[in-house]
Parts: sequence; structure tokens; C-alpha cells
Amino acid sequence: MYQRSMELVVGVFILLGALAMVFLALQVSGLSLDSQRATYKVYAQFDDLGGLNVRGRVSLAGVTIGRVNNVSLDKESYSALVELEIYTEVDNLSTDSVASIQTSGLLGDKYIAISVGADEEYLADGDTIFDTQSALNLEKLIGAFASGQADF
Amino acid sequence: MIDFIRRSGRSGLDFCAAVGRASIFLLRAIVGLSLSGKGLKLLARQIYRVGVLSLIIIIVSGLFIGMVLGLQGYSILVDYGSEQAVGQMVALTLVRELGPVVTALLFAGRAGSALTAEIGLMKATEQLSSMEMMGVDPLKRVIAPRFWAGFISMPILAAIFSMVGIFGGMLISVDWLGVYDGAFWSNMQKAVEFNNDVINGMIKAVVFGWVCTWIAVFQGYDLVPTSEGISAATTKTVVYSSLSVLGLDFLLTAVMFGGI
Repeated sequence: MYQRSMELVVGVFILLGALAMVFLALQVSGLSLDSQRATYKVYAQFDDLGGLNVRGRVSLAGVTIGRVNNVSLDKESYSALVELEIYTEVDNLSTDSVASIQTSGLLGDKYIAISVGADEEYLADGDTIFDTQSALNLEKLIGAFASGQADF
Repeated sequence: MIDFIRRSGRSGLDFCAAVGRASIFLLRAIVGLSLSGKGLKLLARQIYRVGVLSLIIIIVSGLFIGMVLGLQGYSILVDYGSEQAVGQMVALTLVRELGPVVTALLFAGRAGSALTAEIGLMKATEQLSSMEMMGVDPLKRVIAPRFWAGFISMPILAAIFSMVGIFGGMLISVDWLGVYDGAFWSNMQKAVEFNNDVINGMIKAVVFGWVCTWIAVFQGYDLVPTSEGISAATTKTVVYSSLSVLGLDFLLTAVMFGGI
């Protein structure tokens, strides 16, 4: 009887550990089980990334529709080439959409905001967004303002 | 002078021999676990004594450490008007560092010292040598279940510690200090990554569990079989375990989060 109740307690202990792991995974780190969503790749070129990181958010109207998969330098045009992964259920982004780098809050992370254009054709896998706006560089802005060259 | 060289040489050789003995001992303890019905019963009994009985101290200290983190974090962050970030601060601190490290320190004091004293007393009262007389390998019967029990219990205890600590932090910051709970959890989920933070913390816990149990069991098995020897070995267990946990924690953190 003693042996049996002890085994029971040990079983409860192990299950408690498993529960703690599940809690850490789901509630604390927000691991969602559908993180492996199907995506398609879209490219965009920017003059200045201004701190945009890999795994940054891609959002449309504030809703996350994908993520930044890779950032590299385009050697011919000396600009940054960003590879975006967009969820396949968002398949109606027009080809003249605008991608701009924005900041969440004043000091928050950089993310890419997409605003949709009016074209009837939609972006497909491997397409490039031509109309882009670089990150707002706060230091350049202040510098321009301080030297009286601001043109806004 | 000659005498000094002789003595330092002797202690160097002694140290090398002890490391060698400990490694052979570790190897035999790892492979010594039998997974038959009897072996599993022994293992369950040791998990009960090493893990389940450590649960109370782990839960209580986890709760209080989480509450202190919540309180301190709030009082610092509220100056910058970003008290919502207290969730991510508490969670990252606990999952990455305090969970594994404090659990290992408590584990060394609570379970490690008990393991050393128990095995040491078995050796002093010649229970281990009488087992050998009866043809029972004490490494398989006594050491292996204890070693594996520590090895299994430690990550479980660390996970429970982190969970309870985050709960304690939530208790203070959300229920007492009035941080908005939606922001508390969403900031936490945004900041904590499963692969980088939770898994790395668990790897730390596994390493610490391994080291603490190894030191405890070996110190018990290798001590001078007198009452003084037992007390010296118990002290050594706690000191060596704590030092190696803190040192290893620096190394592991440098490798995992230092960007090397």
C-alpha cells in the first residue's frame, strides 16, 4: 500500500512538471500550434532599413499577415533586399501595394506596414513590391531640422 | 622547497585521480540503471525522495522570488511609464536565469546533502561492502537510481519553479499593483520565445541537475567512512555544487545568449 501511494505521488509530480512545461510553452512564450502556417514569398527593396530585424512583423491595417524572413544587401543598387513571408490566406494584395517601415510606439520594434493599392492584379510568390518607403530616421530628421534644411 | 614541490605534486595527482574515479563512477552509474520492474520501483522511490519532497521548498521560494521580482520590476518600470513590461521582465528573468539557478542551489542544499549523508552513512556502516559480499552491485542497487532520480527531477522542479514564480509576479503586479493583465500577458508572450528562452532554460536545468547529483552521489560514495568524513563530505557537496552551478551558468549563458 505504501509503495502504491508513493508511485501515485511520483506520477503526480511528473505530470505537474509536464503541466509546467505546457504552461511555459503556451501561456508564457505564446507558442501557437499553428505557427507553421503556409506562406508565399514577396520581395521588397528599401533604401534604409533603420533597424528592421529578421522575424519582424508584416502587418496590414494593424493585423499581422506575415513576417520578415531574410534581409540582405542588393549589390547592384546598393539597397536592402527584404524577403517577406506572407500567409497564403492573404492572397489578394494588389501589385501596386506600398510597403513602408514603421515603428510600433516611439521606441518599439520596427515592422513593415503594407497598404493596398488599386490594381486588379495580385502579388504572387516571388513577386517584388516596387513602391516602398524607408524607415523614418529620427537622427537624420533632427539633424535636418537643426541645420534649418527641413523641407516639411 | 623540495617538500613544497612534493606536496603540490601529490595533491595534483590526488586531484587527477579523484576526477578519474568520479568519471568512471559516473559512467557506471549511468549505465547501471535497470529498467526492469524492480529497478523502476527503486527509481520511483528515489524520485519521491529527491523530487517530490523538494517540491514544497521549490514552490514556496518560487512564489516569493516571483513576487519580489514583480514588486521590484514595477517600482523601477513605473518611473518610465512602462509598467506593462513587468510581465516580460519577470518571465525572462525566471525562465532564463533564476528558475534553473535557484532551483539548482536549493536542490543542492535540500536533496544533494541528503544524498551524500545517506550514501556516506551506508558506507560508514559497511552496508555497501556487505551488499558486495552478497553479490549485489551497490552501484546498480544504490547509486544508479539515486543518480537518475536527481537527473529526472531537476528539470521538472525548475519548470515548476518558473511557473510558480510567474504566477507570483502576476499576483503582485496585476492583482495588487493594478497592471492591466492583458498587457502583462501579451508583452510576456511577445518577448519570450519558446526555442530561445524556454528550451535554453531547460537545457540549463538538465545540466545543473546532472552536475549537482553527480557531485552529491560521488561525495557520498568516496568519503572517509567516519562521522567527520560524512560531515566534511556533506559540506563539500553543497559548496562544490553551488560553485559549479554558478560557474556553469555563466558559461552556458555566454554560449546561449552572449551571441558568441
